[in-house]
Amino acid sequence: MEMINLTIDHKPVVVRQGTTILKAASSIGIDIPTLCYMKLDDMNIENKPGGCRVCVVEVKGRRNLAPACCTEATEGMEINTHSIRAINARRTVVELILSDHPADCLICAKSGNCDLQNMANHLGIRKIHYQGEQSSYREDTSPAIIREINKCIMCRRCETMCNDVQTVGVLSAVNRGFQAVVAPAFEMNLDHSVCTYCGQCVAVCPTGALTEADETGAVIRALSDPTKTVIVQTAPAVRAALGEEFGMPAGTLVTGKMVAALRRLGFDYVFDTDFAADLTILEEGTELLSRLSAFMEGDPNVKLPILTSCCPAWVKFFEHHFPELKDIPSTARSPQQMFGSIAKTYFADKIGVKRENLVVVSIMPCLAKKYESSRPEFSVNGNPDVDFALSTRELAHLINLGNVDFNSLPNDEFDQPLGESTGAAVIFGTTGGVIEAAVRTAYEVFTGKPLPRVDFEELRGMDGLRKATIDFNGTPINIGIAHGLGNARKLLEDIQAGNSEFHAIEIMSCPGGCIGGGGQPYHHGDAEILKKRQRAIYSEDKNKTIRKSHENPYITKLYEEFLGAPMSEKAHHLLHTKYFDRS
Amino acid sequence: MAEYNMHILVCGGTGCKASQSELIKTNFTDKLNEYGLTDEIQVILTGCFGFCEKGPIVKILPDNTFYTQVTPEDVAEIVDEHLIKGRKVERLLFIDPETKETVGDSKGMDFYKKQIRIALRNCGFINPENIEEYIGRDGYAALGTCLSEKSPEEVIKMIKDSGLRGRGGGGFPTGLKWELTRKSVSNQKYVVCNADEGDPGAFMDRSILEGDPHSVLEAMAICGYCIGADNGLVYIRAEYPLAIERLKIAINQAREYGLLGDDILGTGFNFDVEIRYGAGAFVCGEETALIHSMEGKRGEPTVKPPFPAEKGYNGKPTNVNNVETFANIPVIINKGAEWFASIGTEKSKGTKVFALAGKINNVGLIEVPMGITLREIIYDIGGGIKDGREFKAVQTGGPSGGCLTKSFLDTPIDYDNLVAAGSMMGSGGMIVLDDSDCMVAIAKFYLEFTLDESCGKCTPCRIGNKRLHEILEKITGGNGELEDLNRLRMLSNVIKDTSLCGLGQTSPNPVLSTLDNFYDEYLAHVTTHKCLAGQCKALMHYSIDAERCTGCTLCFRNCPVGAISGEKRSPHYIDQSLCIKCGVCAAKCKFDAVLIA
Amino acid sequence: MNKIKSLADLKKLQSEVQSKIKLRENGDNPENLIQIKVSMATCGIASGAKDTMNYLIEELDQQGIDAIVTQTGCMGYCYAEPTIELTVPGQPPVVYGFVNKTKALEIIEKHIKLNEMVDGIIPVAYSTIDNH
Repeated sequence: MEMINLTIDHKPVVVRQGTTILKAASSIGIDIPTLCYMKLDDMNIENKPGGCRVCVVEVKGRRNLAPACCTEATEGMEINTHSIRAINARRTVVELILSDHPADCLICAKSGNCDLQNMANHLGIRKIHYQGEQSSYREDTSPAIIREINKCIMCRRCETMCNDVQTVGVLSAVNRGFQAVVAPAFEMNLDHSVCTYCGQCVAVCPTGALTEADETGAVIRALSDPTKTVIVQTAPAVRAALGEEFGMPAGTLVTGKMVAALRRLGFDYVFDTDFAADLTILEEGTELLSRLSAFMEGDPNVKLPILTSCCPAWVKFFEHHFPELKDIPSTARSPQQMFGSIAKTYFADKIGVKRENLVVVSIMPCLAKKYESSRPEFSVNGNPDVDFALSTRELAHLINLGNVDFNSLPNDEFDQPLGESTGAAVIFGTTGGVIEAAVRTAYEVFTGKPLPRVDFEELRGMDGLRKATIDFNGTPINIGIAHGLGNARKLLEDIQAGNSEFHAIEIMSCPGGCIGGGGQPYHHGDAEILKKRQRAIYSEDKNKTIRKSHENPYITKLYEEFLGAPMSEKAHHLLHTKYFDRS
Repeated sequence: MAEYNMHILVCGGTGCKASQSELIKTNFTDKLNEYGLTDEIQVILTGCFGFCEKGPIVKILPDNTFYTQVTPEDVAEIVDEHLIKGRKVERLLFIDPETKETVGDSKGMDFYKKQIRIALRNCGFINPENIEEYIGRDGYAALGTCLSEKSPEEVIKMIKDSGLRGRGGGGFPTGLKWELTRKSVSNQKYVVCNADEGDPGAFMDRSILEGDPHSVLEAMAICGYCIGADNGLVYIRAEYPLAIERLKIAINQAREYGLLGDDILGTGFNFDVEIRYGAGAFVCGEETALIHSMEGKRGEPTVKPPFPAEKGYNGKPTNVNNVETFANIPVIINKGAEWFASIGTEKSKGTKVFALAGKINNVGLIEVPMGITLREIIYDIGGGIKDGREFKAVQTGGPSGGCLTKSFLDTPIDYDNLVAAGSMMGSGGMIVLDDSDCMVAIAKFYLEFTLDESCGKCTPCRIGNKRLHEILEKITGGNGELEDLNRLRMLSNVIKDTSLCGLGQTSPNPVLSTLDNFYDEYLAHVTTHKCLAGQCKALMHYSIDAERCTGCTLCFRNCPVGAISGEKRSPHYIDQSLCIKCGVCAAKCKFDAVLIA
Repeated sequence: MNKIKSLADLKKLQSEVQSKIKLRENGDNPENLIQIKVSMATCGIASGAKDTMNYLIEELDQQGIDAIVTQTGCMGYCYAEPTIELTVPGQPPVVYGFVNKTKALEIIEKHIKLNEMVDGIIPVAYSTIDNH
């Protein structure tokens, strides 16, 4: 690789050929501000349209300023990142963006987390010299995502996520010039589009243009309603990220504090989605084994691979794009919905509360969960199994509204019977976790022997597409893992073409799995944060005394008292679902 | 093979077609049928003659008679008088505005005298729908020579030596571009012809494709041979139906004759051309945007490098040239690089096609040698300013260009001189302005165009141009302040400095160049709130001179908003709060009593 | 149409089709070429001017002489039809009367090729509109 010599702000630097000015500068401690640019290292996610023009720098001999994020360094370049010309241009560009941006920072959902706000502050902008008309678009409300496009700054990050990473293809730039904006085709509403509500657009939006549908108000009303019993379930990935909202370093596990906070907020029972994750493993694992055995016995009606079905964005994705494959995914509902279903039957009976008076709130790292809970098949007589699905970020707001000093909270324990969980359930929160959990149970059921080891390192990691073969006591089981819908699409296309070598595949819509979900604290383009959350998840697993789902005593009890056996008729009715052709 | 004694060339360019030139052709055919002369006299629909001001044009050969503004009804007289009796129809001949005498032969017209037609060599000469006529004019000989007798390197050297530069606006040396694409290593490369002509008032590329499509196809094949591509794409805007039609016919004919397709002229070289349609976005003239549009993506530019020569259509090395650039190529091969380089100036060789428009007598399409002066174009070829008014400026380079004033009338026109004068060559639009044009309004007009045509990708172009336009609206609306002039300049400079593509980088040029050259007009708008050209309505003030007003009530009766009052036979007056400045009163007054200030 | 298979084929076709547009090429440079105007009014046509004109065109073409043959109206010498006006570049026009095929050939052979006047010249008493 050829090396390039250049100077940046009079400092000499040597970089590899192909390095951008931005990277070259950063390697010697010069932080050129960027706005539209986003790169998630090692995850193959990069957005560099060169559109915002905030990172422009002066290059000696060049006619105009160069965008540092997408201009390669060349031999002998002399760059000035803070010449008066560059500073003036940078500030003017940000002023221009601000001149076409609603100045409602004080009440904006993104206030404090807004990259544009931070940029204005960073550059010390105190006056907008070029005022004028502001573009105006109607707001678009969907069950999960709110588009307030007046706040769009055309950074195109959402477009990169939606098209390049997720291959969903809903969001793209429409219209021209001052009217240009990112929107679904024909500017249709999101809920008419093929949007999966994965929320990755929200996760990367630098401003308040894309936010979640906020349901904290409804939850507060339920909590203050004396006729209601309000219970809460928390997804595995939430505990690995919630602390970030309260200033803790990424990767801090806050399970105990989270439980304590929820209890202070007035939830009557604080339960764990992890319990339902263990339940999912029993149902899905049993389904896997029965399909696997039938397949190996040569049953022509059985199709493999089996695909996981806990991710609602993924479910909506294949319903739109691969409806002919809708028989392949497991019929098991997601843990959120299994929890809701059991809570409003088994648990409601147990505490003697009518279904209508039991409110199930879920805390999810996800925005698609809001949509999932609103799917009609997950309601009984119009009463949903899960009433409200809040994101991790919404929970943080709720905690603040409850005047809870999160950092000083003691650790608290989940309530029973729906609060007990195993290490297998915790790892549902990261890519590779669901299938590892399934393997832990399926192996022992299939072989009748205890696992020689619990940790399957071969299933872990951050590569978008991974595969491993697990030896089920002489039977090799091929496992595929994809996170990010674009990666999932590749595996599905292989299945369509009849080229799939896998027996089972885990698919998570969001890069990194649920830890990188659209409802998590904003990562602001820092992929390290996701990796730290992943490490936290695996450490929680390690610290659990029970690490296999089928060993969860409360699950055993649930089957004994209520469901009978996995895949029983009752289990089918309450814990399984079917899929629809939405193409 | 039938040979004809006479040829009647009827202009089939878009402008003349709109004036029924097809019916003219039909009438000729019918009339000749009637007289049994169809074996002796041939009627041909050609491409544009360029002299659009006086279209439809009919040219009779061999005596080279040039008839102007011919109507379908004139055909009978031309046939009876000219073709049968040999008497030219005088009333249809061009009248020299200077001598007031008729000019029978187009060679005697000033409009053509100073032109050198290279790119337009076949426009108005051959039937564009007949490949044999093109072949008869050395057509495809250049391709044949290249394939049979020259190596790609030799051809590229010829193009480099000729000094040909891109005619689409940028002026990048064509030979160098070909060489760069040739050097890119790939199993697949593309030749793209940029026919997405978008400057307001410009129609040179359309005319070439309508009048001589084969010259472009031939050049694309030559380019393919040089860079190692077997695939050519013409990106053309769907609003050019006639050009598309003629291009399609040309492609089919070339395939039929084996001049496109596999094993061309037995040399083993394969090359074919497809058409891709654009939706008429100005920004798609920018080569990266054009390529994205062809790929079915949103037509917006991306940062260069990588240049299309490295990574273009479908990620493969792609050479993009404009129509006019291509049209020059076969002539360079046939006549030699030295011949071509002998025309023009030191750094700008050959000719340039310009679309003359605005306040000029001879509106039309002209091809002139580089180095010609504006004065020659405007006064000799263009026949001077309309209605004898005073020349104020000429806008060149379209919305990316600037205004050249009187002081540049004698500057030789080439790429570098135009840039030095604060404008640019652009694709060749030339709009002539006279003393009734307000330069602030002109700048606003061009900015309006850019605003509509910006793709909206980068901040300075998307929002900056909007703000520039708002400031100009404020000024022409009579609310400008001195500080606005400063803000215009500062913002323009930032937009130029930071925009992603050529569109944004040049969009403030009309503002900057008018600010530089007509600062007085701007100053008048913002200080005394006067529009010197009398064009900005909001700055006009209508009042009635009591001395002159006879109280005839004509203005009172014609005012559409009832802003005028007064007794019969006594002076009237205008209520300024009601006046909409429509000017009807001034137009109606017989006593020049309405004062406009 | 058969495909053109080589550069030689192309050149052959080119020379074939060139004559089709030669008229136009020549029209672009009329002052450098021999021009013949054949009087083709009623009287001229009745006297065989059309044959003469066709003969001139064919013969000149066959001999490879670039010339512009056009028709014109009555020249007023109805007694001497068919009449033609011959203009050799750089020389004043000459009008010949009674031009039948034999005469036409003689004019080509002598006047055009050798620049020797032939009998039968009618003194010019007018100027055409082109010479206004």
